[in-house]
Amino acid sequence: MKHPVAEYVGRKFLGLAEALGSAALMLKSVVFWFFRSRFEARETAKQAVTIGVDSLTVTALTSFFTGMVLSLQTGQSSKNLFNEPLYIGTMVAFSMLKELGPVLTSVVVAGRAGAVVTAEIGTMKVTEQIDALYTLGTNPTRYLLVPRYIAFMITLPLLTVFADFLGIMGGCLVGVVKLGVPATVFMNDIYTFLKIGDFMHGFLKTFVFAFMIATVSCYKGLNTKGGAEGVGKATTEAVVTSMVLVMVLDYFISAMLVAVGI
Amino acid sequence: MIEIKKLNKAFGEKVILKDISVDIAEGELFSVIGPSGMGKSTFIKCIIRLLKPDSGSIIVDGQDIASTPSEFKLARVRRSFGYLFQEGALFDSLTVMENVAFGLKYLTDVPKSEYPRIVKEKLALVGLKDVENLKPAELSVGMKKRVSLARSVAAEPKYMLYDEPTTGLDPVTTGMVKDLILDMREKLKITSVVVTHDLKLALEISSRVAMLFNGEFVEVGEPAKFRQSENKAVKEFMEISDLSRK
Repeated sequence: MKHPVAEYVGRKFLGLAEALGSAALMLKSVVFWFFRSRFEARETAKQAVTIGVDSLTVTALTSFFTGMVLSLQTGQSSKNLFNEPLYIGTMVAFSMLKELGPVLTSVVVAGRAGAVVTAEIGTMKVTEQIDALYTLGTNPTRYLLVPRYIAFMITLPLLTVFADFLGIMGGCLVGVVKLGVPATVFMNDIYTFLKIGDFMHGFLKTFVFAFMIATVSCYKGLNTKGGAEGVGKATTEAVVTSMVLVMVLDYFISAMLVAVGI
Repeated sequence: MIEIKKLNKAFGEKVILKDISVDIAEGELFSVIGPSGMGKSTFIKCIIRLLKPDSGSIIVDGQDIASTPSEFKLARVRRSFGYLFQEGALFDSLTVMENVAFGLKYLTDVPKSEYPRIVKEKLALVGLKDVENLKPAELSVGMKKRVSLARSVAAEPKYMLYDEPTTGLDPVTTGMVKDLILDMREKLKITSVVVTHDLKLALEISSRVAMLFNGEFVEVGEPAKFRQSENKAVKEFMEISDLSRK
């Protein structure tokens, strides 16, 4: 006799295995068409604008205010302990470069650009536009997926560098105006204690995040079913999955990079 | 020539196509009719391998595409097809010009400088002008369908597949689409497969009509013979369509 809980768990497990299998097949197709097709420059540029340029404002606001609050909290804690704000620049830059810059930017991009990609591909799926691509001699992986992968892989690391810079500037602003730390001291704390490896630690992670967000967004879009309702559901699932995976992957990549000394 | 042999397709437990066999000759206009949900769209999608059949063969000009895993072989065969989708399936992000020129870019070696002329010509063929710079969202349902038809024929395919070509159209546009389908066949010698629930259209334009019911072709024949069918499902369908023995 079937146990309902066991049946439920089994069905979920099979569903997950099936999803992983078809995501792997999609990846294989992306790699194949990446090397075999001509470069879709126009579509790639368009996607780079949608994913990167259109995310600039929200990334700027998020990182600037994160840097500000980081500086404020660190400074206040330092004041409580040592009666003066010590190493604020080091703390802000260290946190922004290694963790907050890449993670927050990835979360923002997953929420904004990831949703756009899933909704667009999902709508194309339910309105037979994906089928139309096949009938017009174009493989959807080549025309839709490869440009989006390239755009994510280029723009997310660049956005992260931008976020790192603005976060540090936000921290510096609060340090100077609110905590009374001279800008030269703030910057000197960064130059003295941070190494290029600290920047690389965060920067390298963004490539993994970009690849993962592209995979989740495209996969969910291509597997959309059931009209407008299905598009909404796929978009929500893509955003939630990407955000959770950013957090989970962050730990494992950090642990790996620490282990190899970066 | 398209040869379909023992074609089977099911979605889960639900059998959609059962041992369908039919040959569609060069220049023929073959229509498949039947009530909604009987698998007409599944049939036409299997022909071009947008859906993979469970078994059977689909031989297009001597090449069996039913089970081939080769993307390139499929792409080569698909090049000889044009496909009119039920809802048009125009690319939302592209203009009418870009939509119609899409096939030219990927299916032909026509120089880019020729695109505007060919696009205008194909749009004129479907009775449209001065719409090149509009986006699909700015078009009516009928206009979308006509643009879609222009896109399908832009690369001058050998075979045309029409999925419910007149659904959602007003009588004037329906008449225009009907004339276009006939023109494609007569002037361009395009072999056509039409799936529709519009029995009147099928009987007027087709060289042969097949009735798909419960996954099988219960009747296949020329329109005149089809009207005389004694098959129960065909008779009922004609009665509902009010065309019995007219």
